Amino acid sequence: MPIHRFAAPLAAALLLAVPATAKTIRVEAGGVDANEKLQEALIVAEPGDIVELGAGTWALADGLSLDVAGVTIRGAGVEDGSGSILDFAGQQGAGEGLLVTSDDVFLTNFAVLNTKGDGIKSKGADRIVYHKLRVEWTAGPKETNGAYGIYPVESRDVLIDSVFVRGASDAGIYVGQSKNIVVRDSIAKENVAGIEIENSYDADVHDNLATKNTGGILVFDLPSLPMQGGHNVRVFDNIIVENDTPNFAPKGNIVASVPTGTGVLVMANRNVEIFDNVMEKNGTANVMIVGYRYEHKDPKYQPLPRAIVVRDNEHGRAGFAPAFPGGAEIAAAMGGSIPPVLWDGAGDAIVLDKVGVLSLNLPDVTTPQSAAKPSPADLSKGTPPAALPGITLPAAMEAKVQ
Amino acid sequence: VRRVFAALAAALLCASGASGVPLPGVHQEVIDSDAIPQKLSAFGLFHFGNPKVPLGSFPYTLRTPLFSDYADKHRFVSIPAGKKARVLADGTIDFPVGTVLVKSFGWSDVADGRPVETRLLIRRAAGWIALPYIWDADGRDATLALGGRRVPVTFRSPDGETHSIRYAVPNKNQCKECHSLNGEIVPIGPKARNFVLPSDWLPEQRGWYFENPDALKTAMPIWDDAKSGSVADRARAYLDANCAHCHNPAGSASNSGLFLRWTDDPAGVNYGIGKRPTAAGRGSGGMDFAVAPGDPGRSFLIYRLESTDPGIAMPEVGRSTVHREGAALLRQWIAEMPKASH
Repeated sequence: MPIHRFAAPLAAALLLAVPATAKTIRVEAGGVDANEKLQEALIVAEPGDIVELGAGTWALADGLSLDVAGVTIRGAGVEDGSGSILDFAGQQGAGEGLLVTSDDVFLTNFAVLNTKGDGIKSKGADRIVYHKLRVEWTAGPKETNGAYGIYPVESRDVLIDSVFVRGASDAGIYVGQSKNIVVRDSIAKENVAGIEIENSYDADVHDNLATKNTGGILVFDLPSLPMQGGHNVRVFDNIIVENDTPNFAPKGNIVASVPTGTGVLVMANRNVEIFDNVMEKNGTANVMIVGYRYEHKDPKYQPLPRAIVVRDNEHGRAGFAPAFPGGAEIAAAMGGSIPPVLWDGAGDAIVLDKVGVLSLNLPDVTTPQSAAKPSPADLSKGTPPAALPGITLPAAMEAKVQ
Repeated sequence: VRRVFAALAAALLCASGASGVPLPGVHQEVIDSDAIPQKLSAFGLFHFGNPKVPLGSFPYTLRTPLFSDYADKHRFVSIPAGKKARVLADGTIDFPVGTVLVKSFGWSDVADGRPVETRLLIRRAAGWIALPYIWDADGRDATLALGGRRVPVTFRSPDGETHSIRYAVPNKNQCKECHSLNGEIVPIGPKARNFVLPSDWLPEQRGWYFENPDALKTAMPIWDDAKSGSVADRARAYLDANCAHCHNPAGSASNSGLFLRWTDDPAGVNYGIGKRPTAAGRGSGGMDFAVAPGDPGRSFLIYRLESTDPGIAMPEVGRSTVHREGAALLRQWIAEMPKASH
């Protein structure tokens, strides 16, 4: 019997543990075949290996991809000049800069710039860690920028820690159709949506700075997708200020409807807690809670926000430039600005912050927005649902960023 | 070439009985090993390395193929001696371990018609593996390109237009992006509904390679042959061959909720009808729906097919030119949909 018949199961058994032979594959920027060498390193890497990017800039014509579990991609930093910069300004193909499709991957200390589509996407990549990364469209907000900066989707256990994302024409940090998620200590600036949790379960979004976006932090659920019914999301200890960049999303996308000047926006989710955040200078509202008001044909979809809790946040000035249809007229009627919390009147929410709430009194999602009858609302009554437990990630993920 | 090939195979097979026989040259021990050879010749899949004389079991074509920058594709399969493929209930073909699917890409007016690249899908004991090889300048062998490469080519499309593109040979991972089902590599093209065996085969020849040859029933029309099906059916065949390898619930685009298999409900939201963009970014082109019935100009499915900008274009890999004729078929399909079903 040929030897390889024994070798295959043996190799498989070895791969279950981190192999003792884990090695570092170092690649350098510059040279005629630097790009091919980088992609080849990502292909020939074996579980446990580190692909180490030297300092310098790769001018990439094609998207990169990694499909080997347990690999670390580690650069020399995120800064121009001293860091490891993956520059996609001349990109000719692929929907993203870097695509990860394997589990237990650790991405740290490099920058991805000016991709034509998304920045870094991971799909079906469980236990992925994004750490100390910069994903940026360096010319700032433009409709021609890529959609998502950091984009994990269909994954279980996601950690996004200490990243900087700027210029995404959809969401800077977007987590979609995933479970057990932490987004922390990160900066999202000048994106349409700073941070977005969509069609996902169990997420903690905390200690981030979301500023100069169109909307700071979004918690959404959309119909006709494989995973929906988003719930159990905590948004806390964030600084969500001055989100005043005019919406530059390509029309048709759901975020194109986000009013400029939105702090936190919850749409069609349940059990979302928003607490201990600092929010100010968000011209439409510091917190907005709405239903999904588009026509849809998905009988399983739940379009209302439910069991939303807003408490213990620090509110600065807000509502001074409400950028939704009829907003300016309502503000004028209320003496120049609307209260910092805006609810469309559908679903249910509890607001314990000592600030005003404006309801548009649209009791269901089929009532057209033109039928709004705005009035102050008191949402402080009623018993909030039991507090959500915090998210715990596998210890091996936390160990990577210690 | 095919006649010689088939006749040779037939002669050998008739001599040997009911099952496949080892054909001269194919290095089954390399195919079966864990090796990833630097040179394509290591597999012995071509007669003296000549890409025009393949040494597999049989060539095949597809009713409606995936568009790849107007490249001509030559496909054949090598099934190991003594083994047969089986058609499964869903029409996919289960090839035995040791099978190689070979696909060569070229243009009649590039490199004297020799292929630019040859891709192998090898079924090994641990599963399918995808390997891209680029033919050397002298055309005598091809070299492994795990990391992919852009190859400048200039060719004429059927409408007479000259295209100069940097043709993308996919890297190993990009092979898998399309050939992926639940994260495992699978063949795309050879499904009973789309699979065409050599027309000059003897009736019994199918049985030499297939356990259940009667299950090989083609269902899909030929996308550019109006006699083979209605516009809608040909559009569906085109979407199946060009999109559904990613756009299915276990494929690379599963998260989009856009599912374009021949078997999907062509009137459903998940087929794109009245479906709003998901994670489309610039791909929405400012439009509200993937398919707006009756209105191809407001259907971003068309917008994405007619773009070559990597932030917009679909499919995401494997296309640097617009397939005008394919897009025209899909435009007609959408234009002929009643607007009321919106």
